[in-house]
Amino acid sequence: MDPQTMTSVQTRTSLGHGIDISSMERSQIPTRIEDESIAIEVDKLDLYYGEKRALNSVSMKIPHKKVTAFIGPSGCGKSTLLRCFNRMNDLVDGCRVEGGLRLDGKNIYDRDVDIAMLRRRVGMVFQKANPFPKSIYENVAYGLRLAGINKKRVIDETVEWALKGAALWDEVKDRLDDSALGLSGGQQQRLVIARAIAIHPDVILLDEPCSALDPISTLKVEELITELKSNYTIVIVTHNMQQAARVSDYTAFMYVGDLIEFGNTDQLFTKPSKKQTEDYITGRYG
Amino acid sequence: MNTTGYKSHISSQFNAELEDVRQRVLAMGGLVEQQLIDATKALMDLDTELAEQVFRTDDKVDQLEIYIDEECSRILARRQPTASDLRLVHAVIKTITDLERIGDESHKIAKMAHELSTQERMYENMVETQHLSRQVSQMVRGALDAFARMDADAAVAVVREDVVVDREYEALLRQCITYMMEEPRTIGRVIDLIWAVRAIERIGDHAKNIAEYVIYFVKGKDVRHTPLEQVEREVRGE
Repeated sequence: MDPQTMTSVQTRTSLGHGIDISSMERSQIPTRIEDESIAIEVDKLDLYYGEKRALNSVSMKIPHKKVTAFIGPSGCGKSTLLRCFNRMNDLVDGCRVEGGLRLDGKNIYDRDVDIAMLRRRVGMVFQKANPFPKSIYENVAYGLRLAGINKKRVIDETVEWALKGAALWDEVKDRLDDSALGLSGGQQQRLVIARAIAIHPDVILLDEPCSALDPISTLKVEELITELKSNYTIVIVTHNMQQAARVSDYTAFMYVGDLIEFGNTDQLFTKPSKKQTEDYITGRYG
Repeated sequence: MNTTGYKSHISSQFNAELEDVRQRVLAMGGLVEQQLIDATKALMDLDTELAEQVFRTDDKVDQLEIYIDEECSRILARRQPTASDLRLVHAVIKTITDLERIGDESHKIAKMAHELSTQERMYENMVETQHLSRQVSQMVRGALDAFARMDADAAVAVVREDVVVDREYEALLRQCITYMMEEPRTIGRVIDLIWAVRAIERIGDHAKNIAEYVIYFVKGKDVRHTPLEQVEREVRGE
């Protein structure tokens, strides 16, 4: 090869085809939260269960259309924080919230907030799949009917779209009228995710979505999460920090009500900035 | 044992990451292979411009090494690869170290081209040096091909070739010594040439290392520091 050719970015490999290496030369600069657009802003949030303070002045910005994971030992407040995002904690007696939590700039704890509307925008999937004791089709159609959509054609289309979005369509398309309770655990969990996305939320909250699933179903749900993030902001709480490492773009480590570290997942799992984080993710935490 | 199925994970992201790393290793391999070819040509023709070209390519090679290293530690932290995936990442990390050293050795050859260009031209031993270099580039290419196709048999062929290269290297060295004894005024030039010949031989060793990592990845067997016959038996599965 003449030297002229060598100066170009095309290089010949042993396979005989040219590979463009121009894009391969940049070194990786991890994405930063500061550069993301923000979906939810938590501002000095305190939460009390009766006298007990469960969250200590937590402030963080959840990026738009990214996967954010909360990790930390039991009782660290990660589920509590997640539940604040669609005010599920309102259902707990003696629970009191102070500070701000803004969704697209609007504080969701303001008095004039319609909670039903909020939960339509911020969907939630729980640890244990909780399909309604109805058909597969009706499970997904339910939220649409509640939202006042009655046209069968629209509902049909949306059900198919949501089931496809949840990577379940191929497995259930021939038995949409069967009971949802006949599905496997992994399928039920994906059905619940389909139900959540059918009403086009902005944010999907996942509280330990895979802890009751086998490894293969877990990987399927994780793959689904990765696909969903192109359209939704996703927040996931998980005990399994490897799962956080696999699926999330940003990770928050919490410890007894404090947010210890929050940042790019690559960075947090390769070069955490706080010793407490390092101890937890390396299994040294006592 | 599934050794070609690195594209068949449920996580398509993981597939993409492994494929990306693999492509970059091949790109890096293509670069250092070209460096060796250019450095040898620069040495034969005493072409300083081409030698400069070899120096300039170093940067690209170094950047790829850093990138791939970072990407591998990211994959280890995020995917916790196991079995063949783990061996692949392990093999990649080791392979790029050897590739980078091949680049370094080519750099030395190009430097000797520079040195020799300032001295009286010499014709002795040049044909043999070129021949050795050609054999070694074939080893590098063979190792990269084996890596690309994850082909253990092709890798064994590279390991086998190293024995021949080592023998040729010794013969060439002996020739150089004879030459220096006969004509002491050429000692300076011949020593410069020997540095380059030595670098070429080292590149053969690095190519052999890469072939051994391929065998490790495909067969799960560590064949370093093992006699050739035993390597062949291991790969045949005996």
